[in-house]
Amino acid sequence: MSSQDVALYGLLAEFDKPEDLFEAAKRTHAEGYRRIEAYTPIPMEGLAEALGHHTTRLPLLTLLGGVLGGLTGYALQYYASVLDYPLNVGGRPLHSWPAFIPVTFELTVLGAAFFTVLGMLALNGLPMPYHPLFNVSEFKLASRDRFFLCIEARDPRFDAERTGEFLRRLGSRAVYEVPP
Amino acid sequence: MSHPPSESAGAAAQPGQGSLSAPVIEPGHTFASVTDKISAIVLSRQSPRSWFVGFAISFVLLMVFLYATGYLLATGVGLWGNNVPVAWAFDIINFVWWIGIGHAGTLISAVLLLLRQEWRTSINRFAEAMTLFAVACAGLYPLLHLGRPWVFYWLLPYPNTMGLWPQFRSPLVWDVFAVSTYGAVSLLFWYVGLIPDMATLRDRARRRVAQVVYGILAMGWRGSAVHWHRYQVAYLLLAGLATPLVVSVHSIVGLDFATSLLPGWHVTLFPPYFVAGAIFSGFAMVMTLAIPLRAVYGLEDFITLRHLGNMAKVMLATGLIVAYGYLMEAFFAWYSGNEYEWFLTINRALGPYAATYWSLIVCNVAVPQLLWFRAVRRNVPLLFVIALVVNVGMWLERFVIIVTSLHRDFLPSSWDMYYPTVWDLAQFAGSIGLFLTLLFLFIRFLPVIAIFELRELVHDTEEGHA
Repeated sequence: MSSQDVALYGLLAEFDKPEDLFEAAKRTHAEGYRRIEAYTPIPMEGLAEALGHHTTRLPLLTLLGGVLGGLTGYALQYYASVLDYPLNVGGRPLHSWPAFIPVTFELTVLGAAFFTVLGMLALNGLPMPYHPLFNVSEFKLASRDRFFLCIEARDPRFDAERTGEFLRRLGSRAVYEVPP
Repeated sequence: MSHPPSESAGAAAQPGQGSLSAPVIEPGHTFASVTDKISAIVLSRQSPRSWFVGFAISFVLLMVFLYATGYLLATGVGLWGNNVPVAWAFDIINFVWWIGIGHAGTLISAVLLLLRQEWRTSINRFAEAMTLFAVACAGLYPLLHLGRPWVFYWLLPYPNTMGLWPQFRSPLVWDVFAVSTYGAVSLLFWYVGLIPDMATLRDRARRRVAQVVYGILAMGWRGSAVHWHRYQVAYLLLAGLATPLVVSVHSIVGLDFATSLLPGWHVTLFPPYFVAGAIFSGFAMVMTLAIPLRAVYGLEDFITLRHLGNMAKVMLATGLIVAYGYLMEAFFAWYSGNEYEWFLTINRALGPYAATYWSLIVCNVAVPQLLWFRAVRRNVPLLFVIALVVNVGMWLERFVIIVTSLHRDFLPSSWDMYYPTVWDLAQFAGSIGLFLTLLFLFIRFLPVIAIFELRELVHDTEEGHA
């Protein structure tokens, strides 16, 4: 990274069509750039993979949330009904597990759902009130009908001039400098 | 504009398997046009006069609700008509009715997503909103019925100075967990679905206040590919969680009745039959709301005859399951050889509440049979009327189940009649006001149709057929 690039967050290329962006993303990754990200108004299948991101740990978090929720639910009922406040109702067993299933189930779902949503937000780094990209006024169209590809300045291969030239050759509509 | 209106878009809008029916989105739409059209309802379009009229009426009803609730809190549940033997009446009828209505929203957003039914896209957002507001109305009823609603938190398990815990073997405690989980998960599901659209509104908004508020709600969403990837995984997982949840919630509501020993309630059939009834009434409510909405806001391109037709088919199917439930209830009573059960069945059909029973049969069994006809499914005003009739029918169903079972049980000496008081009616009308007020505010301030999903639909239909 040379000194004149310090003032930049990165370079942002704007595309008209999802297919163009997809192609550009693949070529950028093939070129060796790694600190890259694409911004689209619709979820595009395979785009994250094209940028070199393969898996997400989110399902694991969901499982963890579900297991924790379920265990909490069952333990809560066991503690309340068997240990702390044993109540003999017609000689029925204190540990009447079938009756504990509905609450266990509900808390499993609750735990899994909260872990899924909070996990998704945390892994995505949201909420993020400020982001350098919001400085580019055209970036507003990323939530309407434009497709963007950003190469960050901290990429080891980044060079403001050569990278800019590379992005222009990818068939982009325009290339913007993103202030930090 | 990335996708100019073209021949291919027109052809694309006809989905492969459904070439006989109307498209799920009218041809000629682009990313930009769907984005602008839906966000304009919130950001720039003058609200139609009907919005103000509707909101005013709903708001008056909401005030009725607050008045009735305030008076109830000050005076006590003796205001209502329920008394032994009919200790459950309007409060529980309305609780079950509202929560049933909510279920179609989850069904549309979760089950149809898992089944890859692309037609859900235009209706899922406001169906989810409907779920949320219906659950809010539903949740209030059991709380108000507590007698001392200000100690409602005794329902929750927490270490307390009384040294007591909830009775976890009771379906009423299961209900607390089921309904609160359902409310929380519905809210999460709805909010997660809204995040990308909040970003769209943030980017479209001209006024500073709107930019800031939608900006906060969007949480800095940028539409990054990696974010989208996790977002979709999360959304799918939530759908997978919401699907069994919705079945469990109404099954537990069914168990509130089925675990009792009362003739007319003590039926193993209740959980599945309640779930079918919930979906039936929920779709009727979605239709009741969707038909005026698409007319007033000119959303016929997005909520097409295909949507209405499909919802009509779901109503017909679930209506038939419900009809089967009525039949089996009667059959069980006869086949059991239990004289109390059989008396109850006869008393329902021929006793003092016979009129409600037969109205219920007309509303829920007879009238929906019209939906067998294609001409009826394409006749929008008639569909609206049928949906209203089903809403009434499902309310009557809960009335019949609750009141006719309670009012004459084992001993004739304990028999009595139930009549609602004006406060029962005010509370009910008021809860409709609460529901509609929330709905009108939702229509005004949030996108009624998932914008990014519509863009996806435009993309998929073009890609698949171009």
